Amino acid sequence: MSEKVLMKGNEAMAEAAIMAGCKHYFGYPITPQTEVAAYMSKRLPKVDGGVFLQAESEVAAINMVIGVASTGKRVMTSSSSPGVSLKSEGLSYLAGCDLPALVINVQRGGPGLGGIQPSQSDYFQATRGGGHGDYHMLVLAPDSVQEMVNLTFKGFDLAEKYRMPAMILADGTMGQMMEPVSLDMGEVTKYEKNWALTGTKCEREPNIVNSLYIDPAELEKINFERYERYKMVEENEVMYEEYLMDDAEICIVAFGVAARVSKNAIDEARKKGIKVGMIRPITLWPFPKDVLNKAADKVKAFVSVELSMGQMIEDVKLSIECKKPVLLCNRVGGMITTTDDVLKSIEEAAKIGGEN
Amino acid sequence: MNKQILIAGFGGQGILFSGKFLAYEGLIDGKEVSWLPSYGPEMRGGTANCSIIISDSKVGSPIVDKPDILIAMNGPSLDKYENATVKGGQIFVDSSLIERKVTRDDVDVHYIPATKIASDENLPGLANMIMIGMMIKKSGIIPFENVEKAMSKVVSAKKQNLFDLNMKAVEIGYNYEG
Repeated sequence: MSEKVLMKGNEAMAEAAIMAGCKHYFGYPITPQTEVAAYMSKRLPKVDGGVFLQAESEVAAINMVIGVASTGKRVMTSSSSPGVSLKSEGLSYLAGCDLPALVINVQRGGPGLGGIQPSQSDYFQATRGGGHGDYHMLVLAPDSVQEMVNLTFKGFDLAEKYRMPAMILADGTMGQMMEPVSLDMGEVTKYEKNWALTGTKCEREPNIVNSLYIDPAELEKINFERYERYKMVEENEVMYEEYLMDDAEICIVAFGVAARVSKNAIDEARKKGIKVGMIRPITLWPFPKDVLNKAADKVKAFVSVELSMGQMIEDVKLSIECKKPVLLCNRVGGMITTTDDVLKSIEEAAKIGGEN
Repeated sequence: MNKQILIAGFGGQGILFSGKFLAYEGLIDGKEVSWLPSYGPEMRGGTANCSIIISDSKVGSPIVDKPDILIAMNGPSLDKYENATVKGGQIFVDSSLIERKVTRDDVDVHYIPATKIASDENLPGLANMIMIGMMIKKSGIIPFENVEKAMSKVVSAKKQNLFDLNMKAVEIGYNYEG
């Protein structure tokens, strides 16, 4: 294993993308993700065939991504919440054209221009698509700098495997923090791309990348087919981590930095004799529905810990079919839940759960 | 061991840099570490702070809200974090910038006029590393032997002069008897 180095989350994702074979990056600066673009501007010109381009806007950047993606090359853009809203039209077009690409969202407080401090309030936007139409993105939520590296690598792979956009849903804390990382990523899987626009050389029929279908029957058929693929993703690509769930009577559900804070709170609560564990979704779409549903047969209550007004909690309730109460522990606007906040919610959950 | 360290002061005092140095110290010592800066407008003149965690096991939350060790490099930082410091923790105060004394009696307090020493010793802007040197000595959480190796991770070898000045600052803090 190579020596571990300290890297900021934003820079680590950029390096991981290059290692995954991404030679094309288009972006526009916005706090707290600007280090992604800054790192790419230094590194990509030194990569054979590498292109870094600071676009004139987020809208331009995502359309440049569509251009490169349609040629079958690995391509990425990154932004933070308000910038991702601007990219949403392009995300819908990527999905409609069945194109793979990686989009990083290092979330900040919203709505509107909001603030620049960490947030998780783009959960709905990410997991419900963000743009118009029936579609999904793969949504990956890292909780450490190492996982940001691993999921960037994995995100490119899954995007190509299923021909759909993937999003890394991080937050300001994850982007700005430094932790030791290993950049040993292994081999990049190569996928056949017989759909890519690479020039026919007059030897084959032209490929067409398009999201416009005037004939409703045809458009319906394509939507149904795409959702067959989404079903495969839901069956095969769910990722999550369990923490002290074996004997847990209370289950915390949290991702990203909220999961990190929750781990501390769980350790504190365990010292007080409260049996609490955590299921941490690593993929937010596909959401780990089945594992939560199974947990609902064992635990007394759930606590959704998130830096939003309560967005993921809806998926938790849907997953467990409202079999058990679900509490919300949240801070918003750039504020972060403290260990004490989460501990208080755990204690509350222990009470409402009643005695077994 | 799990040590939660908070370094706080003005933007421009090298708060984040000294934190990065500490994180590398921990990493080289085989520990799990995290480093989290405050970012945004406060970095450019307001209060800046940096959370560093050095631990034997995987680091949980990277946010330090109850420091075991507080390094305070201006008055507002001491005001803000003195009471947050855990009982039995340590507070390091740059006494050339902070006139008042720590009011708590359940923490181990060390005063060092780091900014004045830096100025007297012709070490401009290196009060931060003088503070770090003292903290290494008085806390004992990281071995002094690794200082040079950690420094080489944060100061490029091309800048030998800066490397030497930083090393000198850490040594002065380490050997300070106040």
